[in-house]
Amino acid sequence: MSEWTRHDLLDLKELSKEEIEMVLQTAKSFKEVSARDVKKVPALRGKTVAMLFFEPSTRTRVSFELAAKRLSADTISIAISNSSLNKGETIIDTAKNIEAMNVDLLVVRHSCAGVPHILAENVGSSIINAGDGCRSHPTQALLDLFTIKEKLGKIEGLNVAIIGDILHSRVARSNIWGLKKLGANVTVCGPSTLMPVGIERMGVNVSYNVNDVIKTADVLMLLRLQMERQKDKFLPSIREYAKSFGINSSKLKDAKKDLVIMHPGPTNRGVELSAEIADGKYSVILDQVTNGLAIRMAVLYLLLGTKEQAPVSG
Amino acid sequence: MSLLIKNAVIINADKIYKKAQDILIEKGKIVTIGDSLKKDGAKVVDAKNNYVLPGLIDIHVHLREPGREDKETIETGSKAAVKGGFTTIMCMPNTKPVLDNCMVIEAVIKEAKRVGLLNVIPIGSITKGQKDEDLVDMFELKEAGCLALSDDGKSVVNSQLMKMAMQYSKMTGLLLIEHCEDPLISSGGVMNEGETSTLLGLKGDPGISETIIVARDIELANYLDARIHFAHMSLRRSVELIRFAKSQGIKVTAEACPHHFTLTDEEVKSFNTNTKVNPPLRTKDDIAAIKEALKDGTIDCIVTDHAPHTQEDKEVDFDHAPFGMIGLETSVGLTVAELVDGGVLSWPQMVEKMAFMPAKIIGLENKGEIKEGLDADLTIINPNEEWIVTEEDTVSKSKNSPFFGRKLKGRVKVTIYGGKVVYEE
Repeated sequence: MSEWTRHDLLDLKELSKEEIEMVLQTAKSFKEVSARDVKKVPALRGKTVAMLFFEPSTRTRVSFELAAKRLSADTISIAISNSSLNKGETIIDTAKNIEAMNVDLLVVRHSCAGVPHILAENVGSSIINAGDGCRSHPTQALLDLFTIKEKLGKIEGLNVAIIGDILHSRVARSNIWGLKKLGANVTVCGPSTLMPVGIERMGVNVSYNVNDVIKTADVLMLLRLQMERQKDKFLPSIREYAKSFGINSSKLKDAKKDLVIMHPGPTNRGVELSAEIADGKYSVILDQVTNGLAIRMAVLYLLLGTKEQAPVSG
Repeated sequence: MSLLIKNAVIINADKIYKKAQDILIEKGKIVTIGDSLKKDGAKVVDAKNNYVLPGLIDIHVHLREPGREDKETIETGSKAAVKGGFTTIMCMPNTKPVLDNCMVIEAVIKEAKRVGLLNVIPIGSITKGQKDEDLVDMFELKEAGCLALSDDGKSVVNSQLMKMAMQYSKMTGLLLIEHCEDPLISSGGVMNEGETSTLLGLKGDPGISETIIVARDIELANYLDARIHFAHMSLRRSVELIRFAKSQGIKVTAEACPHHFTLTDEEVKSFNTNTKVNPPLRTKDDIAAIKEALKDGTIDCIVTDHAPHTQEDKEVDFDHAPFGMIGLETSVGLTVAELVDGGVLSWPQMVEKMAFMPAKIIGLENKGEIKEGLDADLTIINPNEEWIVTEEDTVSKSKNSPFFGRKLKGRVKVTIYGGKVVYEE
């Protein structure tokens, strides 16, 4: 395997197929660590990781924090509301102040696209993008790729359908890059008002009919419908959305037997998918959460670890 | 006080005078144009190897005073303007307070006169406080010195109000300048909607937010036989609508900015907030259309939309950064490099877009041309000098330019306003 040379993880667009596979491979070893009785390795002992969350998040932050702790890094978690930023201190100032305390890596989430890139250009610490606006969420896509590979044994040639609010989804954008690089056929499906202009130029098929998409799909990747978006009236109603785009057992009657259904969480049960589907045989939603931890350990390790501190022996 | 310009290769909108001549200026007027002129006691400016153009006119500038003097003042903006070769500028009313009454208008004129570097004409707002509710007192604003009105920064969205504004503009002779943007459609967009906005996950402003207002105003102007001037046109479709309107004899005029014929929305990929501008940077195809429209006269003039912002205001995430970039000091260099050198415009056409037509549009009878008897506003340019835009060289109080590091062509050497040298490199 070639060597990891990146200083930051900002976007899957910039990663090569080999680099993505290296993350997945590394995560495989780390998944084993979390299954042990003693769930800790000394790989990042003495390193400091700061969670810089400008946008509220529970599961991603907890997942990163736990990943760092299992690698023996010291962690701090800083939640900053956007409103306090608008007064005086710029984002760069905030990050530089934290960097001045010799923090090795910043995990950054922000509601505006591009913030992790701006920080990476201006601070010396490594940056992991934990989600920026509607743009990118690379560790989510990596954990999704990992989960698909784990369940179906491969990614190349699979038909993956991403369903829901594509327009506002960083999960969709990141997954499209990752899936395309690993050779999957990607279809995006959702209401036309939530379909971004020019999305087909990313090399995906566009569909407005869930039933068509389900027939050929190996993987359904459902996106969270953010209820607060409804104030902009993108949809006639949530009820109608659930009926036309929500996944339930009757819609799945023609589905492949080994279909995999994914959701980045948190789910709106009864909207994107029915409860029976969320808890049913196709669902891998909780595996995604488990794998997220392994992926984040892998990414932290690749960005911060040294060769002398191998992840696991052998 | 007399001024004698020697060896002047004069360029007017109609032609370039192959033979160098001398220009004698007295009491702020061009007195004689001829060979080997002499005048005892006159200050002499040698224009050898340079071109002498009518003083350039920019009818779309933001000076930020009153209200945001940390971004720009009438004084610093005037300095930037004369360095850029301008002798007349019109400043937009979206200040704090808004230029919507004669007292503020008079205050701006008074301060501009105190600075005294060039002719600064304030543009009043169309609606009081730019609130899209009540028309300003137009007769009074005209009396105070306005030649044009605009709610720039936004459209007059209420169509009935715009109709009445046009009726009043016909009666008062004030030009209306429309910033074309339906805010319900642009709805918080921070860049052009398209492949790049989808890629970047930034909220896109679809071009139809501009073209809908262009089309509406063409209809209003046609119905009322009134004039309308379209600010900073950025799209192929807008240009097509204007071309159609002109072919129908509807009284429309239009302007374009250098950044809209030089940069595409791909610049935003850097997340450099100095590329955030309204209307947003568009596509290669739009640039081609703007150039065609400048060439065939569909777009009448070039303006800068000089929009200064402090580093603190711009050094935030892309969504929250204010729109706008400075432009007074780079307009000539970009226009010569991209349009004249690029074969889009001849030198006389450049003069047409940057002096002659702006004067015509706002009704300055003694400006925009080099002719005996007219105002002695002149811009002397070295047409062949190439130079690099740098932050250090920028005299505007704000430094929000996406052009730093770019090589331009055509350098302003001397600017003369009212017969006085107001800038000399």
